Amino acid sequence: MEDDAPVIYGLEFQARALTAQTAETDAIRFLVGTQSLKFDNQIHIIDFDDENNIINKNVLLHQAGEIWNIGASPADKAVLTTCYNKNIATCALCVCVCVCVCVCVCAAACDSRVVSCASVWRMPCDWETGSSHESPDDSAHNPQTLELLCHLNDSAHGNASSVLWEPMGDGKRVISLVDNHALLWDLQESSTQATVSSTVTLEGKGQLKFTVGKWSPHHNCSQLATANDTAIRGWDLRTMSQIYCIENAHGQLVRDLDFNPNRQYYLASCGDDCKVRFWDVRNVQEPVKSLEEHSHWVWSVRYNHSHDQLVLTASSDSRLILSNMVSISSEPFGQLVDDEELSDGEDAQPSDKVKEPLTDSVVSTYEEHEDSVYAAEWSTADPWLFASLSYDGRLVINRVPRALKYRILL
Amino acid sequence: ILTVESGASRKRRVHGMLKMYYGMNEEGKADQPDSADPCDINGQNFDPDVYLNKLRRECSLGELMDQEGCMVKQIRSLDSDMQTLVYENYNKFISATDTIRKMKNDFKKMEDEMDCLTTNMAAITEFSASISGTLQDQHTQITKLSGVHSLLRKLQFLFELPARLNKCVELQAYGQAVSAHGRARCVLQQYSHLPSFRGIQDDCLLIMDGLRLQLRQRFRDGGSSAKDLSECVELLLQLDEPAEELCDKFLNHAGARLHLDLTGLETDILEFMDRGCNEFVSSLCLVVTSYQELFVSHAPAGAPGDVPRMASAKLQVFVDELAGRYFSIVERRIQGERGVGDNSLLVRALDRFHRRLQAVSKLLPGSTVPARGTQIVVRAATERVQRYLEALKSFYLDTLTDVRQALAAPRLSVAGGPGGLTPGGGLPDLLASLSASILNQIKAVLASVHLFTAKDITFSNKPYFKGEFCSRGVREDLVVSFIQFICQSSRGFCDSPGDKGGATPPALLLLLSRLCLDYETSTISYILTLTDEQFLVQHHSPVTPVTVLCAEAREAAQRLLNHYVKVQGLIISQMLRKSVETRDWVNTIEPRNVRAVMKRVVEDTTSIDGQVGLLYEEGVRKAHSSDSSKRTFSVYSSSRPQPRYAASYTPSAPMDTNLLSNIHKLFSERIDIFSSVEFNKVSVMTGIIKISLKTFLECVRLRTFGRFGLQQVQVDCHYLQMYLWRFVSDENLAHFLLDEIVGSTAHRCLDPAPMEQSVIEVICERG
Repeated sequence: MEDDAPVIYGLEFQARALTAQTAETDAIRFLVGTQSLKFDNQIHIIDFDDENNIINKNVLLHQAGEIWNIGASPADKAVLTTCYNKNIATCALCVCVCVCVCVCVCAAACDSRVVSCASVWRMPCDWETGSSHESPDDSAHNPQTLELLCHLNDSAHGNASSVLWEPMGDGKRVISLVDNHALLWDLQESSTQATVSSTVTLEGKGQLKFTVGKWSPHHNCSQLATANDTAIRGWDLRTMSQIYCIENAHGQLVRDLDFNPNRQYYLASCGDDCKVRFWDVRNVQEPVKSLEEHSHWVWSVRYNHSHDQLVLTASSDSRLILSNMVSISSEPFGQLVDDEELSDGEDAQPSDKVKEPLTDSVVSTYEEHEDSVYAAEWSTADPWLFASLSYDGRLVINRVPRALKYRILL
Repeated sequence: ILTVESGASRKRRVHGMLKMYYGMNEEGKADQPDSADPCDINGQNFDPDVYLNKLRRECSLGELMDQEGCMVKQIRSLDSDMQTLVYENYNKFISATDTIRKMKNDFKKMEDEMDCLTTNMAAITEFSASISGTLQDQHTQITKLSGVHSLLRKLQFLFELPARLNKCVELQAYGQAVSAHGRARCVLQQYSHLPSFRGIQDDCLLIMDGLRLQLRQRFRDGGSSAKDLSECVELLLQLDEPAEELCDKFLNHAGARLHLDLTGLETDILEFMDRGCNEFVSSLCLVVTSYQELFVSHAPAGAPGDVPRMASAKLQVFVDELAGRYFSIVERRIQGERGVGDNSLLVRALDRFHRRLQAVSKLLPGSTVPARGTQIVVRAATERVQRYLEALKSFYLDTLTDVRQALAAPRLSVAGGPGGLTPGGGLPDLLASLSASILNQIKAVLASVHLFTAKDITFSNKPYFKGEFCSRGVREDLVVSFIQFICQSSRGFCDSPGDKGGATPPALLLLLSRLCLDYETSTISYILTLTDEQFLVQHHSPVTPVTVLCAEAREAAQRLLNHYVKVQGLIISQMLRKSVETRDWVNTIEPRNVRAVMKRVVEDTTSIDGQVGLLYEEGVRKAHSSDSSKRTFSVYSSSRPQPRYAASYTPSAPMDTNLLSNIHKLFSERIDIFSSVEFNKVSVMTGIIKISLKTFLECVRLRTFGRFGLQQVQVDCHYLQMYLWRFVSDENLAHFLLDEIVGSTAHRCLDPAPMEQSVIEVICERG
């Protein structure tokens, strides 16, 4: 049972933003946003042909700026959000001239700023048909541009760090994290207009900033979890108030969060202390479980959407690790089931016994990347497939090892 | 020659003739062949003709003449011999005849005297018969009289008996009374049909009843001593009182007294044991002996056969119950002995306790008391070991607290220490004193525990103390547990959740790591050998081998050192991160000098290097690419192609950077940032620097830079390069990471115009 080799796709630019196309449940499709300060940034639509192990790509231009975060609407395949940096470099020449004369004045006068914005976009409707018939070498071809639906910008607030779609919603509600605020937007008239319906503000000493957030799919989508520095906080979106707070969830900065799709109180987090931790938010004193497999910061943690024992973590040690967390998954914990099966009659079958001890373990470590891996995502169409993206623009598509897959299924 | 020969032969001949005369023939068989010779002149078969013929034939005339002369001479001497003999014999005959005649006269005289004696004897016999005949009557009379006398005496005793008994009772000489009565009892019983005797008997019985009552009374009151009591019981037994009842009563009394002994035993342990042993155990022994004498060994005559059995069963129950009470008191007392200061007192006390109980075991062979006593001793010993372990642990933690304090006030300790010139100079001293004090404590504890197995302690001979106590108790539960505790608590420091606050000072981590490593290399095996030697451990049960402990210690050391690297790395990382995150890199000014943070980083790294150097060896570096002149920039700038930046930042080739860095990565090994380090300084420093630089890199990638931002990073990186290369094992690693930083910054730069290398150098030189 040889596992398929990973499929590697290289982007020309550096990239950090990766998402699966959430609304698409048939085709295996990922969206990647690039980061380039000098060229027009792109959104690569990566289609993976599972049978032939081939990647098809389409490129859309995202001229607004380098993409830090990307999110696909759960309702409409064509709608997506990005967070991007806009460079307002006004008078670079002026700076050069007056360097020696009066640096301070020039710097003040020629203020070049970097502003992060968030916007909702629509893909042109014919992107798929437009490219599928032509040669795969599409880069020479003039790519199409994204259609701007609306800005999620509020003059009162600063830099947007990420945008969250309501999970399994109708594509009408998004949350954007802006500095120390979480803004809940209502999208109207086919997403062309957005209004802030409510806000959450994190108060405290110093410059607080939400680094990451996650919208819980449980409790009728009324909860949000955010991370700032080493703390994880839960918010109730109906009252916009804090419901729990895990202080010092990690020794260092918390980089990412994910909710267990099946167990409503379970939350995974990862951070700069190289650890991945699993929490039961009803007891915030101690993590349920703690993993320390990576040798550098962990940037992303993702539960498999259907089999929540499979957890994917990406780290700046250039590795991707797939763990099998049986003991805290929603699946019945191995032995019970097997014991019952055994007592049914075939008591001493060696094959059953081999199957029995499924313990928490690292399933495999993927080392195809050569730079820091900042993002990893499960496919929404095939639960056994996932993509990871490293900073040098390498996208790798991998599968869960077959042996494990069959063990989970059978 | 011939004459001598003939002399000799003549002598023989004379002998032979004498022998013939006395009828003895001792010549034997050896002479017989000679005597057969007809030529032997002395032989029996001598034939003169043959001899003569032989002579004539063989000898010459001269010889014959000589022979003849010789013969004549011999004949002459023989004749004279014969004459002498005849004369002598004649004289003897005459004297013999005289003697015989004299004897004849004497015998006649003797015959007459004998006749006279016979007649005398007959007269004597006659007289004697007549005398005995006359004395016969008187003799029988005397015999009768003496019989009457003794009877009268006995009767007198009987008549006086009541009075005597009364007197005895008055004087409280119960023993005499009972024995007197005992003597008279049978007689009185026998002659009770006679009225006079009956009166006496009644009187006696009355008195004896009174006596019995008195005895009982005294018995009930408890008497003054066990001896009194036993006397009472003995007398009562002789008075045929029921044995069972007496057993019970006796034991009751003894019990009450022993309980009294048990109460009020509250003092220092040795005194407690002393008093317990001297008062309780010895009186218990006394009771047991007297009881056994009374009821078991001298079973009262005429008592039913199962009395001894009944009595000993009762005794068993009694002793068990009392001993149980005593043991519970003792155990409570031993548990109260919490201080670990002086073990010898306890051991001596236990020894005394155990020794005394042996006496009981001699008295009562089947009793469980000694076994239970031994159990108590064993329990006390194991508990003691447990307590020592606790004490060791708390001692260890206290020492750690002291070390912490010493580390917290390094200035103070440095000022006090003679050799401490640099901050943290006390580290090796601290380490030495820490390990020495732990070792001393272990030794002290071992010595204390050793008392349990000392030769002069009675219970040290028990198999438990020879075997299990040494191997299981001391080696495993004390020494091994303690070492494991050290490792565990060390690991505990690494798992502390508050990584951020740095609950444990890094220097302590380093110190403990070194301590654990020392344990791994030597101390553990030393301690275990010491234990094995002191206790002569014979491993009956499997024990933790040295290697397992060493592995554990090594693992602990490794984890501590890794944690140290992590903590120190994070401290520096934090500085770097703050410095990158808080600055507006787009609108920064042209770099004039190295940022203060970088200087701080280098300073901190240097001090960490010093700290680690105090405890760990240098370690191996990869061969340097050039000699010590490398401190200058030439290495940094020459080690990679100068025009690289310029090429990679040209807008026309966006792929180049990727390509270049990818190619670079292809040829360099993957760097594990938070990885295990080796036990040497270089490895530790490499780990810390790796962590710091990687953080720098990741932070840079999250920012956007202006032109001067990039230039500032260039300057900073160059400065770091200048000072950090000497700490790492492989300088290429530092080069690589710094290149990455500058490369990534260039990528994130809006206007990538790198600074001239020479300018960078000048700025860095300036500091």
